[in-house]
Order: sequence, then C-alpha cells, then structure tokens
Amino acid sequence: MIISVASGKGGTGKTMVATNLARSIGSGVQLLDCDVEEPNAHLFINPSFEESQRVFMPVPAVNEKNCTYCGKCADICRFKAIAVVNENVLVFEELCHSCGGCWEVCPEGAIQEGGRDLGVIEKGHSNGIEFIHGRLRVGEAMSPPLIKKVRYYQNPAKLTIIDAPPGTSCPVIASMKGSDFVLLVTEPTPFGLYDLKLAVAAAQILNIPHGLVINRCDLGDSKTKNYADEMNLPILMEIPFNREIAEAYSRGEMLVDVMPEWKDMFLELHLKIRHLAKLEAKH
Amino acid sequence: MKELIVISGKGGTGKTSLIAAFASLAKSKVLCDADVDAADLHLLLHPQVCRRADFKSGHTADINEEKCTECGQCLDLCRFGAISDDFKVNPIDCEGCGVCVYFCPEKAIDFPENTCGEWFVSQTRFGPMVHARLGIAEENSGKLVTLVRQASKRLADEQELDLILTDGPPGVGCPVIASIGGASAVLVVTEPTLSGIHDMERVVQLAKHFKVPAMVCVNKFDLNRDLTRDIEAFAEGEGLGCLGRIPFDPIFTEAMVQGLTIFEYNTRSQVGRAITQIWKNLSKRLAL
Repeated sequence: MIISVASGKGGTGKTMVATNLARSIGSGVQLLDCDVEEPNAHLFINPSFEESQRVFMPVPAVNEKNCTYCGKCADICRFKAIAVVNENVLVFEELCHSCGGCWEVCPEGAIQEGGRDLGVIEKGHSNGIEFIHGRLRVGEAMSPPLIKKVRYYQNPAKLTIIDAPPGTSCPVIASMKGSDFVLLVTEPTPFGLYDLKLAVAAAQILNIPHGLVINRCDLGDSKTKNYADEMNLPILMEIPFNREIAEAYSRGEMLVDVMPEWKDMFLELHLKIRHLAKLEAKH
Repeated sequence: MKELIVISGKGGTGKTSLIAAFASLAKSKVLCDADVDAADLHLLLHPQVCRRADFKSGHTADINEEKCTECGQCLDLCRFGAISDDFKVNPIDCEGCGVCVYFCPEKAIDFPENTCGEWFVSQTRFGPMVHARLGIAEENSGKLVTLVRQASKRLADEQELDLILTDGPPGVGCPVIASIGGASAVLVVTEPTLSGIHDMERVVQLAKHFKVPAMVCVNKFDLNRDLTRDIEAFAEGEGLGCLGRIPFDPIFTEAMVQGLTIFEYNTRSQVGRAITQIWKNLSKRLAL
C-alpha cells in the first residue's frame, strides 16, 4: 500500500505527519521523501545512510564527426534544447526533457546519450524504517525525473509512505500518482484552505481517495471544517497548536518521542486510512 | 527599477504575509505573485481584475482513432509511458515532446496547444498587481512565472514605478529559478527550525549560482533562539545581509483570517515594528 502525504500549501506539517506516521508503525515501513527540492524528512528520521547514488538523465551528446548539420534534431526538439547554426550544433542540456526525439531522428546516428546530473538518491535505515530520498542538484530545474527515480525503489511488499512536495503541479503529481491514498495536511487558515482546495482537485484528477489532517487546528477559523463537511472529506486527525510541539519540531525532535501519547493516534490514523482505501477499492 | 523576490526554500515561513506587509510600507511599486502553483497573495490584497488572459504553453498528443492502425510505433517511442496499450494518451503523463506525432506513419496524432492557466493584471488598495493561476497538474510553471515577471516590469515601466515586490514560490526547482534570474535581490525568509535552516542554505546556494544578491530575515525567531543565532552566523559568514528578526505571534494568522495585512489588523504590534525595521534595512540596501 502507498500513502502519499501532500498539502498544496507549504509548511502545513506534511513532513511531521509523514515521519511520525512512519515512526509509529515502525518496521515494515518504507518512507520515501519525494520533496527532492527541499528534502527534510531525514532531519527527523536520522537514518544511517548506507548508499548514495548520483542520478543522470539522458541528454544528447553530438558526435560532430558524423554530423552533416541537416538540422533534423533541432526541428524535432520542442524544448529548444538543440540548435544547428551553420556548421555548429549547440546543445542546451538544461532545456532537454530526455524525450529521445533527436536520437531517433538523426539519419547519421551522430547523437549519443550523454547525461545531465540531476542530484543524488540516498538510502538508509532507522528503527526498522527503510528510508530513501532524493536531493535535487541546486541549479537543476526539473524535479520530476528525480522524483520518479526515488519512486522506482518502492517495495510493494512494504507499506510505503511518501512525503510529497508542496503545490499541485508536475512534481506533486509525480509524487502522488499511483498512491492508494492521499493524506492532505492543512491548516485552518485562508491560505491553507485555498491551497487545500487545489490539492483536493489534484487528488480527484488522479482519482485517489483522500482525507485530511488539520494541523494547528485551533489557530485560524472554521471554514476548513465547513469545507470538509460540504465536500464529505473525512477529517482523520487534528493536531492543536502547542508551543512545546513547535519548539521540539524546531530541534528536529519527533512528536511521538516528545509526547508518546501521540503514537496511538498515529496508529489509529493508519487504520482509518486502510479502512477508507479498502472501501474505495471496493467501489 | 528594482525587483525584489521573497523566497524561502521551505514553505510556510511567512513569505506571503511579509510581502503583504511590505505592500503597506512601500510607496510606488508593482506587486507580483510568482507562486503560480499555489498563489495566496490575492487572499490578502483582494485584487480587482482589470485584464485577464489565458496562459498557453506546450502541447499534448491526441491519437485519432479513425486514422490509427495500431502499429505500435508511438508506444515504442514514448519515453514517458503516456500511451496505453489500447492507444490512448494519458494527458497527465504526456510530456508534449511530439516524438510520436513526428514519427506516426499515418499522421494520426493531433498535437493541440494546451491552455494551462490564466494570468491577471489587477488593481489593489496598495497599487497594481500581476498574478496568475496555473491549472492543476499542469507543467510549465517556470514559463508562467517568467510571463508574470515580464508583465510586472512592463507595468512598472508604463506607470513609472521604481519597485517590483514579488512573492516567490517555495523550493529550489523550476519556478524558483524562473523567479529569481536577473532580479535585483532576493530576501530569504526563514525560521529557526532544522528544516528551515536546511532549506535556506539550499536556496541561498541557488541565489549564488544565479548571481543574485541574497539577504536573510528570521521569522518566529523566539521559537528557537540558538538556531536563530546559527542562521545569523551563517548569513554573516556568507556575506549576506541579515535584516532582522520577527517574533512568533498568532497575530499573523489573525490578520490573514481577516484578509488584512499585519499593519491594517493592528497598528502597534511587536511584529509590525520588527517588519518596519526590516523594511528600513531593506530600503537602505536596495537604495530605494
């Protein structure tokens, strides 16, 4: 089973929920941090990393010896990543989407696969949790290929928890796609609600059952609850604002370690999610 | 003309509330919301839309069933797994590369342009504003960011306004890169948490990579004073300006619930005084 933790708005507590859920369940869990632009889950899980691997995406490398400067590669490229100017082929690696069009179209076989450095994938363990995350190279614009690479390590025999990036565009879709359940973490503020609605729409587009966790549930207004009622969205957990929680979080401490009574609530959250995902699968 | 982009790396550190507060303080400026993926500034500034336009970008393949002979070439060529075994394109997976369109022997694949969002030029109580909305699950957020930044510059030129105040997106990827390239400076709003610091360091590195001067301010500084000092030491060490500290106060949320800036909600708060000081430091550095 795959549970994605997403939010729309940043800073609502995705990582806190994903890491505490993983820690509460413990062994048999795989935690994938797909927020590769700003991965934070490791700061709380503290895994010992056993493996690190650089990830490259294929980009064209032109062998000018064979090139006749026919320009077909530049014509097929929709991303303006190759230009042919007189007797020069210019490759703009950072614009390449790795579609393979130029390789296919080149009549001389003059284009080989080079690689653009996307960043690293690191794997480790902590208290029975298998932990994997990606760190996008700073300066690299495209995160979805690295996110897909993190997800490549999904183990169907385990419960996979995915910490997704904020927003609702391609990186979020790459993180949530194929999940059995999306847990949407929100806060009951106008920003939280506005972005929650976008995130709900994203889960709907992907046709994945979803439910809410309302963080800092006592700061803000009642509109988020009203919206959940209207939309028939189950509220699976509410976490009140507590300065002690906020300060522990700032030091990288986990909620279930600071306040062990929360462990049962995260276990209950897990059962509720399983129940809802099963109901949905029957439909 | 100066262009300041407020970014943070980590989401939820207070970028939008801070930009709205600056909107109260800055004299002649254009406001720009470059967080096109989850734009929130309009919830505080309540813009009256003057002009609206579609954002068209990219294409999606669409197989014409009548012409398709199911030869399977497209399936073999697609590197994004966007074509199903029964020859239907999943628009969410389609990258818009057009390789299938190019090679289809039957010319059976259409390739219409996508409308992937919309953008607006508006008026607010603090001056003109440019903002946008990227469609859900859409790509090309970087291009939409570039578009709203260009529209903001044109507007500033036309109305002879000498500052653009831009609310940036979280992260360090495509929309952030599109937001900061060529800007006068970025202000990184961070918070004294391990996540906040980790993400600030990455976004500062990004600003360096693109040679944009960066400054830092710390929100909710009293949640962890040790880490606040660490952030300030980091900023010092990197030669970035550290513009000030803002205390933790639910007043930010209360103002947001009312749809007001912090100064409109409460004229004498500590938070307000801290932001005024940050604004003064910022104005000096940007030579406003």
